[in-house]
Amino acid sequence: MIYLTLYLEFFKIGAFAVGGGLATIPFLQELIEKYHWITQSELIDIVAVAESTPGAVGVNAATFMGYKVAETLGGIIAVLGLISPSIVIIVIIAHFFNRFRQNQYVKKAFYGLRPVAAGIIGAAGVSVGVVAFGIGTDDISIQITRLLIGLIMYFLIEKYSKHPIVYIALGAVIGIILM
Amino acid sequence: MHDALALFGAFFKIGAFTFGGGYAMMPLIQEELVNKRGWVTAEEVLDYYAIGQMTPGIIAVNTATFIGYKKGGILGAIFATLGVVAPSIVIITLIATVFDTIMENNMVEKAFLGIRIVVVSLIASGVVALAKKSLIDKVTISLFVISLLIMSVISPSPIVVIIIGAVAGLIFCKEEQA
Repeated sequence: MIYLTLYLEFFKIGAFAVGGGLATIPFLQELIEKYHWITQSELIDIVAVAESTPGAVGVNAATFMGYKVAETLGGIIAVLGLISPSIVIIVIIAHFFNRFRQNQYVKKAFYGLRPVAAGIIGAAGVSVGVVAFGIGTDDISIQITRLLIGLIMYFLIEKYSKHPIVYIALGAVIGIILM
Repeated sequence: MHDALALFGAFFKIGAFTFGGGYAMMPLIQEELVNKRGWVTAEEVLDYYAIGQMTPGIIAVNTATFIGYKKGGILGAIFATLGVVAPSIVIITLIATVFDTIMENNMVEKAFLGIRIVVVSLIASGVVALAKKSLIDKVTISLFVISLLIMSVISPSPIVVIIIGAVAGLIFCKEEQA
């Protein structure tokens, strides 16, 4: 049953994605490899919409993915799956708040967990880049142009740190003019 | 129950007006929950936020659950969390219903070719920000590089790599770094 699958798969994401909304991307990639619900480029479009609309990016992406699979109810179930582990984990931590914070094992685990989370999101960025730059599918000149645009956008993001929607709008304009 | 509904309402407002997820939520929480309602102090919000970042799950969701629990117990946690995600469900569902039709438009299709490039740059910037905070010595740098390579080359489930990272932390983290 599709609703149960959606709930369980998004429950897993909620339980293991460390590092906020972007951390859900590698899990969503794993999902589409497993179920072929959508294509890689559709996933990137979902991330773009999720970043440009109000609300948490991870929740927005889950709603969109759930909707693609099983319409409105699918979106709701995906989000419920995503937030269920948070409710359980946070309620337990909130209860033992001070002990949790000072616990040596917790601190040590996070010392190793954080760089790995960054690495996983980095790998997701690489595979998103393969699709977005057209690596292996488009002309080499097109690939280089896109790569350069990506680099310039990266430096703009780092320099001005405006809201993502600003850069996404800029990307839309570049796409319409150049592609 | 009154508390739970008030939490739902307050977090619905926060969810509807937060652009860009977890980090962007802070000023709204300050305004709505600290200044206007006095439910939590600014220091508490910072603590919950730090926990929300290091625990699995969406940062905005974790922070909402934490504040909801402190204010109204388990029921409060559930209602605060449902409040923060409800606007996303409404807004994204509305967009999703028209999205495929819009994408058939040639100009929109071109726009998304540009947008996809920006998504890569945004992810790269997010990774660099995370790396700056977490790559503090040789061990953490190695863990970053190894997990990046493993995920790119053989792409196992991210869960496996996350667990390996936690175990590596328990083994390699020295007392003074903990």
